Amino acid sequence: MFRATLKSLLARKLRLILSGLAVVLGVMFVSGAFVLTDTLGRSFDAVFADAYEGVDVNVSARPKEGLSDFEREPVPAETVERIRGVDGVAEATGIVAADGARLIGSNGKVVTSFGPPQLGENWVGVSDLVQLREGREPQADDEIVVNAGLAKAGRVAVGDRVGVLTLEPKQEFTIVGIFGFSGGRDSLGGTNEIMFTTPVAQQLMLGQRDAFTNVTVTAADGVADDRLRNDIAAALGADFEVKTGAELSADASATLKDGLSFFNRILLGFAAVALLVGTFLILNTFSIIVAQRTRELALMRAVGAGRRQIIGSVVLEAVAVGLLASVLGLGAGVGIGALLAYLFGNLSGGLDLAGIAVPPAAVIAAFGVGLIITVVAALLPALRASRIPPIAAMQDVATPDRPLTKVTVAGAAVTSTGATLLFLGLGGHAGGDTLITILGGVLLAFIGVALLTPLISRPVVGLLGGIFSWWMPGKLGRLNSGRNPRRTAITAAALMVGIALVTGVTVILDSTKSSISGLAQDKIKAELVIGGSQTGPRPPTFDPAVLEKTAALPGVALVGGAYGDSAQVGDERTWVGANSDVSTLTQIFGARATAGDISRLGQDQMLVSSDVAASRGLSVGSTVPVQLARAEAKTYTVSGIYEAAELLDPITLPVTAAQGFTIPQPIAGFIQLTPGTQAADVLPRVETLLADSPEVTVADREAFIEQQTKPLDDLLRMIQILLLLAIVIAVLGIINTLALSVLERTRELGLLRAVGLGRAQTMGMITVEAVVISVFGALLGIAVGSGLGAAVVEALRDEGITDLVLPWADMGTMVGLGALVGVLAAVIPAVRAARIDVLGAIAHD
Amino acid sequence: MTATVGRQAQAAARASEVWKVYGTGEAQVIALRGVTCEFEQSRFTAIMGPSGSGKSTLMHCLAGLDSVTRGTVSIGETTVTGLGDAGLTKLRRDQVGFIFQQFNLLPTLTAKENILLPLSIAGRKPDPAWFDTVIETVGLRDRLGHRPAQLSGGQQQRVACARALVSRPQVIFADEPTGNLDSRAGAEVLKFLRRSVREHGQTIVMVTHDPTAAAYADRVVFLADGQIVSELIEPTAETVLDTMKKLDTQVEVGD
Repeated sequence: MFRATLKSLLARKLRLILSGLAVVLGVMFVSGAFVLTDTLGRSFDAVFADAYEGVDVNVSARPKEGLSDFEREPVPAETVERIRGVDGVAEATGIVAADGARLIGSNGKVVTSFGPPQLGENWVGVSDLVQLREGREPQADDEIVVNAGLAKAGRVAVGDRVGVLTLEPKQEFTIVGIFGFSGGRDSLGGTNEIMFTTPVAQQLMLGQRDAFTNVTVTAADGVADDRLRNDIAAALGADFEVKTGAELSADASATLKDGLSFFNRILLGFAAVALLVGTFLILNTFSIIVAQRTRELALMRAVGAGRRQIIGSVVLEAVAVGLLASVLGLGAGVGIGALLAYLFGNLSGGLDLAGIAVPPAAVIAAFGVGLIITVVAALLPALRASRIPPIAAMQDVATPDRPLTKVTVAGAAVTSTGATLLFLGLGGHAGGDTLITILGGVLLAFIGVALLTPLISRPVVGLLGGIFSWWMPGKLGRLNSGRNPRRTAITAAALMVGIALVTGVTVILDSTKSSISGLAQDKIKAELVIGGSQTGPRPPTFDPAVLEKTAALPGVALVGGAYGDSAQVGDERTWVGANSDVSTLTQIFGARATAGDISRLGQDQMLVSSDVAASRGLSVGSTVPVQLARAEAKTYTVSGIYEAAELLDPITLPVTAAQGFTIPQPIAGFIQLTPGTQAADVLPRVETLLADSPEVTVADREAFIEQQTKPLDDLLRMIQILLLLAIVIAVLGIINTLALSVLERTRELGLLRAVGLGRAQTMGMITVEAVVISVFGALLGIAVGSGLGAAVVEALRDEGITDLVLPWADMGTMVGLGALVGVLAAVIPAVRAARIDVLGAIAHD
Repeated sequence: MTATVGRQAQAAARASEVWKVYGTGEAQVIALRGVTCEFEQSRFTAIMGPSGSGKSTLMHCLAGLDSVTRGTVSIGETTVTGLGDAGLTKLRRDQVGFIFQQFNLLPTLTAKENILLPLSIAGRKPDPAWFDTVIETVGLRDRLGHRPAQLSGGQQQRVACARALVSRPQVIFADEPTGNLDSRAGAEVLKFLRRSVREHGQTIVMVTHDPTAAAYADRVVFLADGQIVSELIEPTAETVLDTMKKLDTQVEVGD
């Protein structure tokens, strides 16, 4: 039995390779994800181990309740002296290092970062790690040194006068030195670093003198790190966090690795899509193989093979295919993981990659996924094979058309289960994990629709094929595509998945975009808007002084600068906003008071939206403690409540509080003009005022909306390109199905050629069959995708996505793409069909 | 040995000095050894011979399904030898009709669509009067909307005959058309073929190994070992059987 199986496997190489390819791609993404994360993880480990090599013990303030690890209180300067007093301390250095120091490059633009921080630090001298390459250390208040990576990115050199944005608006500095790191490195993992003199760093990065971010300690000879750590901790008390250098580097690395899991999820997401489509492909291939081998399998049964042996033989084939696909996929995954790691290293500005290794998890996942998917997909065909009666060996049985009742009922059940899960997940009734419920719903919906497809395929394929019926080869192609509804359905369903995902995402993003635009058009009563596109983790900001200067311009009625941050409000973390002129809430954003006074806001007062008031049980006069990122905790009194609206922050604090925000500068400005003033007249004047704020521009409202929604467009393009992969796999499926059909119908093709069908006509017939199947798949995908997209949009109605936009143009493109996919997929099978030797095909044996 | 044929009618198909050799060296098989033969218009000719005599090969070569190693084949005014795929396709479309032993019909098409298939492929309209006549002759009027799976073997083969007839080809080649049918259904098909020759002047060349089937023809050509060895005009089943027996004996003696 085993040998018979292997032989039949080898005889079917090509089609198994085609179907195995989908598994290869899926496994590739799975193992690629593991290899990438492993490589980058070890690279980060190395970077931090290096960065903290000279640090034996590190002291920082304990993070405040409710705030993240990054938002620590500074360490008072006198602590450094206290640490120096501890036995076993050789040296203690106060360090300033905070994110948000942005250099304006020689082209006048801010040097951006796509992930690694942009640190502003105090110069504490060279070390084993830090080496001054050019120039000298900063001595005066307006002198800085920058790392070589940043100097290259900004195209600046020693002696240049440059602008730097920090907590404070742009200030000018002279670059007096450029430094690098041991091993000839220009940066540590792509981090941009600007080093000031200590007092300047304290002022610009921490907003206060006589404080440090942390204190690094070197142990005296013969003193163990953990011993010293315990001693310092004991001396300083509970307000401080004391760690050894090794602990610190492990913590820092772990934080970055958490960020990496985002990449991992994206890759695993695509792996899931590839594997889902691949499952359809394998199911189809094995079904066809079993159908073709009916006589052979019946003969085996007739000579005494048991049902289990038949199942075993088909499953064994699947195992072989799965194993091979897993091996190839793992190999490809290592390649793609290495490539992505390399790209990531380059993009982030020079992360030194650790050697590529294959973690055990990648191997386990590759074989687990590859084998399980293949075997599960082959199980159904295997069961069917075991039901072939021995008598089939003696009869010339055409596979009878089995009724579609069972499959349709199952399809309806699965689809409705999927829809229910989606409803629960999207409606927020899922309780536990909403995301898993939604994904499960989507998966079940796909499977359910795939099961329903055979039933739908008859009328739809008939209708679609009608287009080609004027032409005899077209008519034959149409009839062929309707011949085996299950096979057609499953082939089309594979394409459906990709198209549905693209359509769904497009519906959601287009609806979001339209809703945002509509909202901004209707609700913002400002003719000009100051803002920029966010490219990294930090939003673009500008000098608050611009707001006052703009307000003084002729023709300007009102200017509001918007600030925002998340903060610990009461016992919950939430978004808080502040506005340079609180009257803009009513004048520009149309806020309506439901209680108290919202036109004024005192130093200790706050405004809340009606939603927040309701959920927290607040009323005018209630007091709420607020912990901001960079300020002492403070209690505010609710002085007014406004009706909740999309454009209004849930909580508005006085503008003075914005000094305690992570980013204490306005991120957007709204300018209302006096009646009769032309926006074009004021715009250049505001532009002049923004000369020192290169991150933002001033634009009319339409251009601002365009600018704000552009990232959505970019995101959409990116997702569409990535999902093309699923469509490529589906093309493999169509090629597979057609190639098998051509093989099965060799005699028929011979007959057709004998009665005068030309080569071109033969190819036309196959192409029509392919196009009918693929366009059917595309239409199904568009329908399912629109449904899923609409469901999500409906669920997000409360979040402000009120418009449902169906992307008709994109849908048209996808139908076109479907047709193109059909034509491409038909090429090889059509050429094969046209080359069939007429005599060989019809001569009876 | 070359058969002499009646010159009274014009040839619808002709083979001159046709050789067909398969393989090379040790594995070489000579299927046809210089066969020259004419098939007159409006006559029903049967090709007979023992297995391996080359009768099927001769028919395939005549119909342009197989190429000849040497010699020429022509159908009507057209020289088949040397035609490319496009030429052969056109020849099959316009001048040749086929009836095979099995797998004669497309399962997706109805009987009527199958009958009209060659015309549809060629993009021609059927002559309604002739279509009616053909349908009448094969007696399938009430079966036209049925698919092959709903027809008996005999009915299927009659549909195949109608398909071959409806485009009025120069010549119809039938390859063991009754091989898969029981004797009653076979007789019906053969009667129908003879009627189409007698009443409508169709030319038919049929390969068979069944003397009873051959007896329906106007003339029987006998092949043995790749050569034409004998022929009978106005055969009966008995004369055909006798000739076959003689041929078998010769072959045995030859061995």
